[in-house]
Amino acid sequence: MRGFRPAGRDTLGLIGLGILLAAVACALLAPWIAPFEPTAINLPARMRPPFWLEGGSVAHLLGTDNLGRDMLSRVIFGARISLAVGAAAVVVGAAIGSSIGIIAGYFSGWVDLILSVVINAQLSFPFTLLAIFLLATLGGGFWPVVLVLALGTWVNYARVVRGQVMSVKNQDYVHAAVSVGVPTTRLLRTTVLPNTVSPIIVVASFSMAQAILTEAALSFLGVGVDGSNPSWGTMLNDGRAFLQTAWWLTAMPGIAIALTVLGGNLCGDWLQDRFNPKVGG
Amino acid sequence: MLRFLARRLAMALVVLLIVSFTTFVVGHLTGDPVDLIAPENASREAKEDLREHLGLNKPLMVQYGSYVWRALQGDLGFSFVQQAAVSGLIAERLPATLQLALTGFVLSILIAVPLGIFIALNRNTLWDFIATSLAMIGQSAPNFWIGLMLIALFAVQLRLLPVSGYGGVSYIILPAITIALQSAARLTRLMRASMLEVLNADYVRTARSKGLRERSVLWVHSFRNAMIPVVTMAGLELAELIGGAFITETIFAWPGVGRLAVNAVYQRDFPLVQGVVLFAAAAFVVINFLVDLLYVVIDPRVKLS
Repeated sequence: MRGFRPAGRDTLGLIGLGILLAAVACALLAPWIAPFEPTAINLPARMRPPFWLEGGSVAHLLGTDNLGRDMLSRVIFGARISLAVGAAAVVVGAAIGSSIGIIAGYFSGWVDLILSVVINAQLSFPFTLLAIFLLATLGGGFWPVVLVLALGTWVNYARVVRGQVMSVKNQDYVHAAVSVGVPTTRLLRTTVLPNTVSPIIVVASFSMAQAILTEAALSFLGVGVDGSNPSWGTMLNDGRAFLQTAWWLTAMPGIAIALTVLGGNLCGDWLQDRFNPKVGG
Repeated sequence: MLRFLARRLAMALVVLLIVSFTTFVVGHLTGDPVDLIAPENASREAKEDLREHLGLNKPLMVQYGSYVWRALQGDLGFSFVQQAAVSGLIAERLPATLQLALTGFVLSILIAVPLGIFIALNRNTLWDFIATSLAMIGQSAPNFWIGLMLIALFAVQLRLLPVSGYGGVSYIILPAITIALQSAARLTRLMRASMLEVLNADYVRTARSKGLRERSVLWVHSFRNAMIPVVTMAGLELAELIGGAFITETIFAWPGVGRLAVNAVYQRDFPLVQGVVLFAAAAFVVINFLVDLLYVVIDPRVKLS
């Protein structure tokens, strides 16, 4: 066993990136690569198992559901919703979190105190329950889900950006800029903001993974994004009723989620290592 | 040390205030409770009377004050759907949740701590690669999906264990494994990283160069220090589990607080949801504070400051 050399960090990171790109490609090219319409009902071919099992066929590689819809096509189209929700949540969360983080880090004092209290409060919230509560009362849909997910992730950005800004603002070049009278907003934009880009990318990578997981949980409970194209979480919820007879209805969307999230996490680990070589084994 | 604890206590109280205020406000956004309670054909005067009776015509801050005051006395409101006090409903379900949470928690510690230390000591071996990969995958798959797959395999295909429900020991095995896998995945990675960091620390090198036996270097000088971040994380995990493993409890039909809350959401039983959110947050804050207390014992730096 000694002397075994596991795949290098770069290899794992590139695998993660590859998985993410493949998922994005599925989402973008879904109408061209999916063998069937995801909503095409074909009752005679219902409940077909995946092709490697008895009764399965190559026509439906991952089997069919209770209405005879092709699972592979549904999983490919499902990438659209799951990734769109994840990406939108990252953009909204990063925008809110980084702005607050920059302000708190730069001005410190009581603004900073309030932020750290809010961060602590947020971290002690049973977030999933609050999300279910909000969506059940105020109604689900794409943007409500995105906003709730952003609400759950903005602190991650605020925290790292605040830390980064606090270390940058004591650098000599920032003092120099202040002393020659550069206005605060321009200073924040031109010298402080660029220094926060790498930690934001790291957090975004992990948050994308987290957002996809939470969206799956919300849709599984029936308070997520609804529409004619189901997300992977909705497919899990639909498949659950047939767990006893057709496990693949639950297995396939779950594998899609796990792979995509794994991609995001591997990317996050990799970028974190690259930007901060001290951490990690 | 006292200052450290006082600051943590103050933070805990502020956090509870914010959480209670948020749940209170969200509770108010959910509509007029009078419409929920009063019969459809109630006259406007009757509704006004009811509103006055419930104190709903007072200013918002006054209502919040009395909400907090009642919550402090253990009164979390009344569930109109179930016709029962919210705190009573939570208390009724709490034993099942604690049972599942503690079983899963102990299981995850039993997996994560030895495994994390083992792969840290055998870094870059095949074992390390397999264990870290599995932990990474376990962290990436939706936990409730792992639970569903366990049901499909052990309950449906192999017929070894019941699909769901509450009863003898056989019923707790699958849900406990489900939540244990999730938290073990996180804790194993943390244990490994923390042990590796400690093993590279100066004081461990000093201990070695003093000629201490490897066993005492490992268990006296390294293990205790490596446990510090793991204890914090484990505390968070436990708090999360006690606050309710919502989906796990739901898919296994486990009669705990989490399932109570999910059903309450479906039935639009807002006082009950509000109560559970507040309860879960309070459990979280209290456990965190207990972890801080534990710090004083295990981290000598806190004792000194």
